[in-house]
Amino acid sequence: MSTARARPRAPQVSELAVRSALASGARPARASAASAVLAFGWRGILKIKHVPEQLIDVTLTPVLFVLMFTYLFGGAITGSTGEYLQFILPGVLVMSVLFTTVYSGVALNTDVTKGVVDRFRTLPIWRPSPLIGAVVGDSVRYIVAATIITVLGVALGYRPGAGVWGVVAAAGLVIVFAFGLSWVFTTLGMLLRAPNAVMNAGFMALFPITFLSNVFVEPKTLPDGLKAFVDVNPISHLVTATRALMNGTVAGLELGVALGTTGLLTAVFAPLTTYLYRRK
Amino acid sequence: MRVDTTLAIEASGLEKAFGETRAVCGVDLAVRRGQVYGMLGPNGAGKTTTIRMLATLLRPDGGEARVLGHDVVRDADAVRSAISLTGQLASVDEELTGEENLILIGRLLGFRHKQAKRRAAELLEAFELTEAAGRLVKSYSGGMRRRLDIAASIIVTPELMFLDEPTTGLDPRSRNQVWDIVRALAAGGTTILLCTQYLDEADQLAEGIAVIDHGRVIAEGTPAQLKASVGSGALHIRLLDPDQRPEAERIVARSLAGDVHLEADPAALSAPCADAEQAAEVVGALSRAGIAVANFSLGQPTLDEVFLALTGHPAEEEGAEPAEAETGEVA
Repeated sequence: MSTARARPRAPQVSELAVRSALASGARPARASAASAVLAFGWRGILKIKHVPEQLIDVTLTPVLFVLMFTYLFGGAITGSTGEYLQFILPGVLVMSVLFTTVYSGVALNTDVTKGVVDRFRTLPIWRPSPLIGAVVGDSVRYIVAATIITVLGVALGYRPGAGVWGVVAAAGLVIVFAFGLSWVFTTLGMLLRAPNAVMNAGFMALFPITFLSNVFVEPKTLPDGLKAFVDVNPISHLVTATRALMNGTVAGLELGVALGTTGLLTAVFAPLTTYLYRRK
Repeated sequence: MRVDTTLAIEASGLEKAFGETRAVCGVDLAVRRGQVYGMLGPNGAGKTTTIRMLATLLRPDGGEARVLGHDVVRDADAVRSAISLTGQLASVDEELTGEENLILIGRLLGFRHKQAKRRAAELLEAFELTEAAGRLVKSYSGGMRRRLDIAASIIVTPELMFLDEPTTGLDPRSRNQVWDIVRALAAGGTTILLCTQYLDEADQLAEGIAVIDHGRVIAEGTPAQLKASVGSGALHIRLLDPDQRPEAERIVARSLAGDVHLEADPAALSAPCADAEQAAEVVGALSRAGIAVANFSLGQPTLDEVFLALTGHPAEEEGAEPAEAETGEVA
């Protein structure tokens, strides 16, 4: 039987080559938790490099919002487009970074459905490192999203009262919050059956929760029931704190609420994701 | 369980259920170090579930298993340090290049970036993937993907390697390449547990085989022993003149015990046949009767025939969602 094996021109995998590749080198010392996390972070960044379209997806929507709201509704809402841009830009910054958090869940779900998680789970590495590494890699996405919105805003005439450092501090706050929120979507990524389902469910939740906040309008203009929701929505507090940082004013309470929410989301959903990941 | 140092895998009474589906109900296995051992069975028989328990991906509901002397539940990390798994779904990242995939796994195994890169280059070369190294795995053929997958599994030579249906869906040439790689790994001293649906694959590669059905080991032995238990398969005869088939059928029926099967081809017929000697007798008898034989062959028993012989029922996929029952997770 083996003599009749047809072997046309195609590249051959020679047994000798495989055996010599096997023989080379000794086993290195086990990877530390930090280096495993870094390796997974590196993987996340490579994915952005290979598929930059995923960034366009999530940043284009907020760009459209800035342009549309500023020029279409700005005059009607505050009397001048310039003044309205000054109002909405920090909020749109929050929105655009938070939208990208859904991709953490989509990426994790893709790993699970495609089978690559099986390999990671049979490696002798610190168990949560694939999850934490992915979230760390996502920070690149957040920085890109934040930069695009800020640059666009400045080009259109937005002027941060607190200057560059105010913007950096605000972006830092938003990114920290995004880390917390991304755990919600990684949990969703472990629970749902397909990457698309994660994407749809994620945006279905994010759209109302970001719109029903003080991103686009002052809550005092809203009907009572809606106003009550907007007032307790943590996104509103995050937006207020971000605005304050960018404008050089202080919003201590809101800053506290935003950071507290981040801590709460991480404390609940990071262990939940890890638990689901181990049990898969 | 008594620890036997000559065994790479030692499992007794392994059980796993997914809801109502009892995927594995009491599997015992003993695989010697350095052996290539085959698990043979149809889809949904419990092969993948068994492998996943042995590779620490699933926690058994019952029974115990030691891999290279380490308990798969209590000492999972020690098991993971000595094994690698090439799963049914190629466990590589489609959104990275082939090279990046290998560097990633190398780094996770403890290499520094530079060392990992060098090791990746060696393996890409050995597996004839150097040209495709910079392309995204998404664009790879099934055979290339499988080779990359196996390369990722041997960045550090494992003591034990799990191969879950490594050639399912591959063309014959890629299948032969994978077989050559498996032989090279075995020659290098790696113990291999191979799951397959194909008897000829187990026959080509494995020294010992366990036949699995309904989550149980129903037969065990060397390929020769298993085949002997079924007989050597069927004698296929094609005549020059289709008109002579009725007469040929009578002669074959007289010489061989089983039922003669008339094929769709009006010149062809087949019958179960124990060995080559019997086959020669039948062909001789036909020739003496003046019936010209265009060609004949003695086929190996198929998995279906082995199953029929061992279980009394044909090998068939079980349950409404066999793939899901097997892996227990993939949507």
